[in-house]
Amino acid sequence: MKTFQVSVTVRLQPEVVDPVGATIQTGLRNLGFTTVSGARVGKLVEFQLGAENPDEARERTKEMSDRLLANPVIEDYEIKIAEVSLEGAT
Amino acid sequence: MKACVVVFPGSNCDQDAHHALSEVAGFETDFVWHAETDLDAYDLIMIPGGFSYGDYLRSGAVARFATVMGSVRTAVAHGVPVLGVCNGFQILLEAGLLPGAMLRNAGLEFRHDWVGLRTERTDTAFTGGCESEQILRMPIAHGEGNYYAEEEMIARLEGEGRVLFRYCDEHGEATAAANPNGSINNIAGILNEAGNVLGMMPHPERASEELLGGNDGAYIWKSLVAHLKAVPVG
Repeated sequence: MKTFQVSVTVRLQPEVVDPVGATIQTGLRNLGFTTVSGARVGKLVEFQLGAENPDEARERTKEMSDRLLANPVIEDYEIKIAEVSLEGAT
Repeated sequence: MKACVVVFPGSNCDQDAHHALSEVAGFETDFVWHAETDLDAYDLIMIPGGFSYGDYLRSGAVARFATVMGSVRTAVAHGVPVLGVCNGFQILLEAGLLPGAMLRNAGLEFRHDWVGLRTERTDTAFTGGCESEQILRMPIAHGEGNYYAEEEMIARLEGEGRVLFRYCDEHGEATAAANPNGSINNIAGILNEAGNVLGMMPHPERASEELLGGNDGAYIWKSLVAHLKAVPVG
């Protein structure tokens, strides 16, 4: 068993209006960053995951994302996986 | 007739819901904990408002995996009326028992106010006692009530008459000004395909007695009682 560092970025789908992003954009522009556009806000979920190999880790993470981490009606997600340790290998 | 109010960690409208169902509607009403596995005894299931599981991740996202939701699903399949209010609506959406999703309110404010609701149908279990296009006044209190679904789904909901309540002004017009949260087509409440599941953001349980500033919510209880007397479940 290996340990993988997993990060899942959850974003609102591009066609979904993002009032939080729009408000941040207004705030940034009010601060003088007048060239800011297209501000969107998402979520980053990070965890360590035990799995035999990167493929299995990715597959498990995909299942978690579909079932809980993202709402497929309004959100997309992106998975990043890196092996962090060989400790605990059997 | 028996009703139950499903209680999750973080539910906070459960007591109000119980009071309205038992004292106003006249149901023998139980609280059922989220770990309950059997809801067969109930003629009506209410999923109340609040912040189940802290609304962490997304409103209703964690509650939908609670043990009790399996029993709710079974009851829905058997035709038992299920009413989800506010967070209860969000849970029903996350559980896939109703289509669509909630976004943060347009304008980002947590909106707590009294709103007008236009009753779009009177041939449902929830609105049989209402007049056609009757305007009901009820309070809202939510930060994520901005109803969203893909265009095709909205067209389908509208086409099938599944939008039961729409935010409206005092003349019954579904104007942008009367829309408190940015919901598509001023949608405040929708039905499932079979018509036995209603999700709505406004709180009928907080508007069931004149003492609380209005009793239009009682139309929903009266409608449900009449419906269940006429069409007993099971």
